[in-house]
Amino acid sequence: MSATGIGASVRRKEDRRFITGAGHYTDDINRPGQVFAYFIRSPHAHAAIKSIDSKSAAAMPGVLAVLTGTELAADKIGNLICGWMIHSKDGTPMKMAAHPALASGKACHVGDAIAVVVAETLAQARDAAEKVKVDYTVLAAVADPVAAQKPGAPQIHDVAANNTIYQWHLGDAKAVDAAFKTAKHVTKLDIVNNRLVPNAIEPRAAIGDYDSGTGTFTLWNTTQNPHVARLVIAAFVGMAPEHKLRVIAPDVGGGFGSKIFIYPEEVVALWASKRVGRPVKWVCDRSEAFLSDAHGRDHVTHAEMAFDAGGKIVGLRAKTIANLGAYMSTFSSSIPTYLYATLLSGQYEIPQIYCEVDAVYTNTVPVDAYRGAGRPEATFVVERLVEVGAREMGQDPAELRRKNFVQKFPHQTPVILMYDAGDYNASLKKAMELADYKGFAKRKRESARHGKLRGIGISTYIEACGLAPSQAAGSLGAGVGLWESAEVRVNPTGSVEILTGSHSHGQGHETTFAQLVSERLGIPIENVSIVHGDTDKVQFGMGTYGSRSGAVGMSAIVKALDKVEAKAKKVAAHLLEAAEADIEFKDGKFSVAGTDKSAAWADVTLNAYVAHKFSGQELEPGLKEGAFYDPTNFTFPAGCHICEVEVDTETGSTEIVAWTAVDDFGVVINPMIVEGQVHGGIAQGVGQALCEGAVYSKDGQLMNGSFMDYSMPRANLLPTLKVATTMTKCPSNPLGIKGCGEAGAIAAPAAVINAITDAIGTEQLAMPATPSAVWSSLQKSYKLPHAA
Amino acid sequence: MYAFTFHRPQTVRQAAGLLTKNADAKLLAGGQSLLPTMKLRLASPPQILDMTLVEGLSGIELSGRALTIGAMTRHYEVNASPVVQQAIPVLAKLAGLIGDPAVRHRGTLGGSVANNDPNADYPAACLGLGATIITNKRRIKADDYFTGMFSTALEPGEIITKISFPIPKKAAYQKFRNQASRFALVGVFVAKRGSDIRVAVTGAGSNGVFRVTSFEEALKKRFSPKSLEGLTIPADGMNSDIHGSAEYRAHLVGVLARRAVAEAIGKPAA
Amino acid sequence: MAKISLIVNGNPVNANIDPRTLLVQFLRENLRLTGTHVGCDTSQCGACVVHLDGKAVKSCTTLAVMADGHEVKTIEGLAADGGPLHPMQEAFREHHGLQCGFCTPGMIMTAVDIVRRKGNELDDHTIREELEGNICRCTGYHNIVKAIAAGARAMRGGASASQAAE
Ligand SMILES: Cc1cc2nc3c(=O)[nH]c(=O)nc-3n(C[C@H](O)[C@H](O)[C@H](O)COP(=O)(O)OP(=O)(O)OC[C@H]3O[C@@H](n4cnc5c(N)ncnc54)[C@H](O)[C@@H]3O)c2cc1C
Ligand code: FES
Ligand code: FES
Repeated sequence: MSATGIGASVRRKEDRRFITGAGHYTDDINRPGQVFAYFIRSPHAHAAIKSIDSKSAAAMPGVLAVLTGTELAADKIGNLICGWMIHSKDGTPMKMAAHPALASGKACHVGDAIAVVVAETLAQARDAAEKVKVDYTVLAAVADPVAAQKPGAPQIHDVAANNTIYQWHLGDAKAVDAAFKTAKHVTKLDIVNNRLVPNAIEPRAAIGDYDSGTGTFTLWNTTQNPHVARLVIAAFVGMAPEHKLRVIAPDVGGGFGSKIFIYPEEVVALWASKRVGRPVKWVCDRSEAFLSDAHGRDHVTHAEMAFDAGGKIVGLRAKTIANLGAYMSTFSSSIPTYLYATLLSGQYEIPQIYCEVDAVYTNTVPVDAYRGAGRPEATFVVERLVEVGAREMGQDPAELRRKNFVQKFPHQTPVILMYDAGDYNASLKKAMELADYKGFAKRKRESARHGKLRGIGISTYIEACGLAPSQAAGSLGAGVGLWESAEVRVNPTGSVEILTGSHSHGQGHETTFAQLVSERLGIPIENVSIVHGDTDKVQFGMGTYGSRSGAVGMSAIVKALDKVEAKAKKVAAHLLEAAEADIEFKDGKFSVAGTDKSAAWADVTLNAYVAHKFSGQELEPGLKEGAFYDPTNFTFPAGCHICEVEVDTETGSTEIVAWTAVDDFGVVINPMIVEGQVHGGIAQGVGQALCEGAVYSKDGQLMNGSFMDYSMPRANLLPTLKVATTMTKCPSNPLGIKGCGEAGAIAAPAAVINAITDAIGTEQLAMPATPSAVWSSLQKSYKLPHAA
Repeated sequence: MYAFTFHRPQTVRQAAGLLTKNADAKLLAGGQSLLPTMKLRLASPPQILDMTLVEGLSGIELSGRALTIGAMTRHYEVNASPVVQQAIPVLAKLAGLIGDPAVRHRGTLGGSVANNDPNADYPAACLGLGATIITNKRRIKADDYFTGMFSTALEPGEIITKISFPIPKKAAYQKFRNQASRFALVGVFVAKRGSDIRVAVTGAGSNGVFRVTSFEEALKKRFSPKSLEGLTIPADGMNSDIHGSAEYRAHLVGVLARRAVAEAIGKPAA
Repeated sequence: MAKISLIVNGNPVNANIDPRTLLVQFLRENLRLTGTHVGCDTSQCGACVVHLDGKAVKSCTTLAVMADGHEVKTIEGLAADGGPLHPMQEAFREHHGLQCGFCTPGMIMTAVDIVRRKGNELDDHTIREELEGNICRCTGYHNIVKAIAAGARAMRGGASASQAAE
């Protein structure tokens, strides 16, 4: 292993600009003549818009325009879309309601954008916005997904009766019923997977800039996937043809899914820039983000797991109601279906699984992918069922898991996926050792001595990453292919630029991708630069989410590097006057087999461009190759997290006293970065389990719409984390990478709740397990939210 | 934020004059409560009177049996002051529990007590120690000063200049944080000075900071956590919101009071 | 309008501003010092932390006029122009204390202030408590805590002393 190659904890190349304050986030960019947009948002969860009077606002100082849904429609700006088709059990397509960028006729959630004011300064835009008079007729609203399906519930969109978008299922219901009949023990749980607000610390922002001379639009945007944004805004919204729209994602301050989607605000910024003839900038306030960034999770589930006399799982069934909010966001339909139910087999051999999912509209902010997307929800269901099953049957939870682990690979689950490689025993065993599982009883007595309840919780999770084989995704309803692209541009002096369709917003691609190239070409890592996030520079790409950049994005680079090497060998053959077949390439040097003749990398690259040693008929000059990589399978990172807690019974507060994570991510390019990803994921999972959760009142007001009321994990909520890995290589991609971006967020919630319920001795507890929730659970006065 | 005109009075008299002339003007101390409200456009004072240049409003002075702290004294100064740490260590500790280091570098004692946020910490100390709020016009006993959430006995044009805290024999403060805002979900301040025993509670009550006389009576018999065992306060009149029910807050008042007494007598629970 | 004059990163600055201008706006928009970030509107996240007369403050909760006659230091001024990085910056890089980098300037400015007040030997517990006012969504804090402990040690003698004299 070289100091900068694969497997080395290379310090990040991108850090210098961030630690010196020299990064360029969207809000740091200013265009000459730029003006500011401020959105007027609905204060009501559900209301008909009778009229909008903007006369006095338009006359305010500095105001250039006040625009509403009427102008948007007049300019034929199309609706936002959900790009993944799901069909119901009965074969009918999902009921997608229109989602205009500015509400047309009615507002469907608090925060729904009604109008926009564009003014010379932000303060002027805000001042004028207060003068816009919107006359609403308030309608009855519903925020709870269970209530939304009940007869008599307020109807949100005409297309969707009972607010139901689809009633989907997966698996064989009859076979599962039969399996349950044979069971010795059945564990049943009602589970609420709480709604989370992503809260990347950089709020979303957009600058739209229309150039009337060329008829092109440029959009600077906080996005995780600039090309997909361009595609949707061109093809569906119809702002401009693709080649007349450039999308640039500069430095992006965290995404976690929330910056994948195409939102109203960037569409409006572009459109308004053409209308007013000036670049238009919009930057989201945090409280505004609470009402306009897509939220995550929000499932209500009843699940059952059946065991035979020996403790082997014989079947699992689940019925989930998924809250998709007021509109269907970009990928929302796929999250509670193909990214959720397909993972219900966990790490276990479960012969039969059946899952039904109803997706519903409510008068709440739209819900879409948030770190883990569907997989944390599935893991929570499975890992709670196994844990509670073990407790009910009086078995050791670790032992029950081991008994049911998938042992042979490849393994076909009853829910589509084919697990290709893994060793679940190995990660469980290592985690138990590192966590000193054996010593727990002694530590529990110790805690009891100072009046605390101690508990331990395991979560053995699996996820399907490396999204995704395009054909498979297409057959399941995806509107796009999920391959990735790369271009390797070698300069005459031998330095290399990698153009990738992946996008980095904290993952450190500028370092890990360069490591790959440095190792492969034997050139110093400083001589490699990564170009991403600009549709004018980079060929089409699918962006970064679903832990796909390593497994898919880097595989594309490998493919392109293969082509570069092949071409470079041809050049070297001419240069060294040898047969191409005799050229060997190693450590950045080309040599002729069996001789001492060699040429350095830079000699060959220079010759590729000066082209003095070969004729145009023999070889094309230049050294630049591109590749598209379409994965052949998902990848299956898996592992075991163990959480240990102490609960203060008087106050209900939980302290996490130890955390052990052992993950199998396949081949790891940069252990330092991978560990960082695990830490961050765990923090988000712990946040979900202990403190986060959007709370809506019955009539659809968000009760905790700022950091004053929505509790973000702070440094003192978390312990020092023990993180380790085991390794089985991923067989489906050239590097053997599985992906690591979401593991922590997937594993953590179940580990925490298993630990707390172990400590307090009751399963009556939902997330977030706040002190007050744990206290009421201890008082036996606890009620599950959403109880029908 | 709405536009305003900005003034920098040099004396309390000037500030008071400006306040009287402009009914809606606001004093600006550390700005850690006022500016967040103005940023969210929840307040729109047409004039702002910055108090940084006003003389004689900061400083910490120990005289006889009282500690007097100027209104503009910042939280970090109270926290780090050897004089406070010596005379009323719990007051220094309490100041160190307010918000975060950056907030403590700006926020002031006077601002906090004038604002009387129902979840703030200083009001519990004032009431718990039986402090006297000294203004440009008069001296107000803490018992008469706090009149409900965000409401005080201060009259228009009245400016807090300093606060005088009698030195207790024993005192402690237990703060249970709201997980999100980090203000007190419930905070209980207990103090003993001769036969005067006070238990002041912040965060819990729907009318702001209050005293628990039943606890005080019990502690008069014996100043020990044991005296509070089995005692509770009714959930009526407690705040109830997404962060905790009235029952939970009432329960915490009991728990934290016992813990505070234990700490005050030097036998904190583990 | 209000006239202000102050020192920013060692340089004198004079300006005539609307009094409602926040310090963070003044730094970002008037002085184009965009290293100081805005992550919330309720004074909680700490992305905006700068030093005012050597002490950490939230520049989103300070008016620019309140800095009149005072000294401000931002992340851009932490290391001398063209000079080596500040030990705390170096430590964040060495210990992977940042991912997306958005919270990082505020974290580093807070960290330097912690060292000023608490010294060069910081235990994990102290660091975690002191980070009460800084939110990071990416790192899970683990490596930030490590970075601050290491940065604090590296500041021994040199930077911490000069910082205190600020
Ligand atoms: C993130 C954050 C967390 C916080 N956490 C806590 C916490 O945990 N506990 C807590 O107690 N507080 C907390 N606070 C509030 C903080 O303590 C404030 O500093 C304090 O409440 C107000 O003091 P100030 O000097 O900043 O006052 P300002 O904001 O300047 O003023 C507040 C009000 O008091 C008036 N006023 C100011 N000085 C005087 C005076 N001398 N006479 C009369 N009226 C005056 C002003 O006109 C204004 O109406 C927090 C604040 C923030 C931003
Ligand atoms: S921007 Fe200042 S605290 Fe969040
Ligand atoms: S590094 Fe992204 S918020 Fe901290």
